[in-house]
Amino acid sequence: MSADIGADRATDRTGADTAGPPHPGVPANGVALSCRDVRVTYGRFEALGGVDLHLAGGEWLGLIGPNGAGKTTLIGAISGLIDHHGEVALADGRQPGARDIALVPQNPLLPPGMTVAEYVLLGRTAHLGWLARETREDRRIAATAVRRLGLQPFGERIVTTLSGGEAQRMVVARALAQQAPVLLLDEPTSSLDLGHQVTVLELVDELRREDGLSVISAMHDLSTAARFCDRLALIAGGELIAQGTPEQVLQADRLSRVYETPLTVRHIDGELCVLPVARRRNA
Amino acid sequence: MAQALDPAIGGSSLSGDESNGEDRASERAFRLPLLGLVGVIAAVIVAALISATQGAAGLPVGGVLTTLLDAVPGINLEPGLDARQQAILTQIRLPRLVLGLLVGGALGSAGAAYQGIFRNPLADPYLLGVSAGAGLGAVLAIGFGLDLSWGPFGAVPAAAFVGALLAVSGSALISRGPGSSPATLLLAGVAMAALFSAAQTYALQRLSETRAREVLSWLFGQLQTNGWDQVLLLIPYVVICGAILVAYGRHLDVLRVGDAEARALGIDPTRSRIVVVVAASLLTAAAVSVSGLIAFVGLVIPHVIRLLISHSYRVIVPLSALGGAAFLAFVDVGSRTLLAPAELPVGVITAFVGAPFFAFVLWRGRQAPS
Repeated sequence: MSADIGADRATDRTGADTAGPPHPGVPANGVALSCRDVRVTYGRFEALGGVDLHLAGGEWLGLIGPNGAGKTTLIGAISGLIDHHGEVALADGRQPGARDIALVPQNPLLPPGMTVAEYVLLGRTAHLGWLARETREDRRIAATAVRRLGLQPFGERIVTTLSGGEAQRMVVARALAQQAPVLLLDEPTSSLDLGHQVTVLELVDELRREDGLSVISAMHDLSTAARFCDRLALIAGGELIAQGTPEQVLQADRLSRVYETPLTVRHIDGELCVLPVARRRNA
Repeated sequence: MAQALDPAIGGSSLSGDESNGEDRASERAFRLPLLGLVGVIAAVIVAALISATQGAAGLPVGGVLTTLLDAVPGINLEPGLDARQQAILTQIRLPRLVLGLLVGGALGSAGAAYQGIFRNPLADPYLLGVSAGAGLGAVLAIGFGLDLSWGPFGAVPAAAFVGALLAVSGSALISRGPGSSPATLLLAGVAMAALFSAAQTYALQRLSETRAREVLSWLFGQLQTNGWDQVLLLIPYVVICGAILVAYGRHLDVLRVGDAEARALGIDPTRSRIVVVVAASLLTAAAVSVSGLIAFVGLVIPHVIRLLISHSYRVIVPLSALGGAAFLAFVDVGSRTLLAPAELPVGVITAFVGAPFFAFVLWRGRQAPS
């Protein structure tokens, strides 16, 4: 199966309202990152079979698909954590490193005894020199990240004492301190209630606009993905099924087939909503 | 020792120029605990002064200080000690004091490094079997007269290093795999230590009686000096490996979030682990080859630093080096004075202090899991 919708047309939502200052090195709406024929195999099992994707500067690309589709595997391959075949390259053709891509993992490990400030400072690791001593500038950047995520009151709190929403904000702050132009989020809201989900996503959106970050996020909730992402890529069984604007990708028959359950797509107050069809009631 | 960090960084303190004030406030949370550093350095100085002045022949504190200051180029003071006292100070007390500081620093920082690398608060050169491995290597080298040496890089530290690496690799390999807990690593360490100690005993039996007694007394953990020889042997190892471990403290912090995230943050976990294990084992081996098996310094000191000052290995590693130095200098005073004129091996005293502490850590871990 291949991508059935041209992705290049799909930038209508990245118009004037997202034109923040692009990150140095990434031309506005130029390509920030491209994946060509990215494959991941575990022994004879093919977890990801030849994915082609690109991410425009300042764009938010949502990865959607059922459980086990390969979203996390793709994020792992892009961030270099999972060995893969094929090519993941930046605009200048380089392979991305920790200064280029910041990752917000799905289930971050929170080390007991570590303070929030220390945790956010870990984001500076890739920028440190030989003796790995952080400079005043590193501390300032980390402090700014803490402030932007409203975590000042938590600077000296131990990370394991934070609530789910606070911890998630802290992990985003660490990614921000990394000062990478591309932000990868692996289901950033999976452990949060609805209110905190929206807060975290709005925050990411704000950072994207203000800093010109490009974002790839794996997302579970299709309606939320439609609301926040410029483009969506639907993955199932390790294959890219479709990519394009939410309107183009979220089609009831395709989703019903991929998710193996009847789904309907509605416009509610101008927003796309994907809803399950209650089989029993309709029968 | 209090934390040097100001806990009050909430919104209430943010007045005036708001963004600057906020920046300054949240920057405070990023400061290193200077007070802790000052405290530990003070402990080193106090320990050194007590150690230099106490012993079979008491030396006046003022006299020791003026003699030491007089030795600094550019400072000329009337030394407050007579010739005999000066000889005691420079040929007996000081070499032994400096040796104690170096061995304590080596074991303290190696223990902190092992704890970080194995993500295990109970790791310690002695408990991991590293000391036993180094001990076997050193016994073989000493016992069978492999006394070749080229400056500090002799056969004894080299053999000790090989033994140390074998032991730590063995413990790490045995305890690897799913379902492994902090205790698994220690049990693996017990197994390795038993194996290497048995081999040591066997090697000792093959030696002549006088040679065996000599090796045995060294094995107990002693700060025996022969002028400045041992100090000169130890210095390059402590300086180089110590610097590596201090630099890798940041890596140890990053590794606490797991290998995958560590890689995403820009470090290579495997490489960091190898560098730290090799440096820590080399430090342990060098310490063991001059002073035998001294237990628990590497367990107790990093724990105390963690409890009182910080959980960050950027802080724990260097402060454990200083804390270990102070601790062993204090212990050495006890070793020389408690049963005077007889001498109690320092290894015996550290075990008397360390074993109950170890029990306390285990008990505390059971009270508050995680």
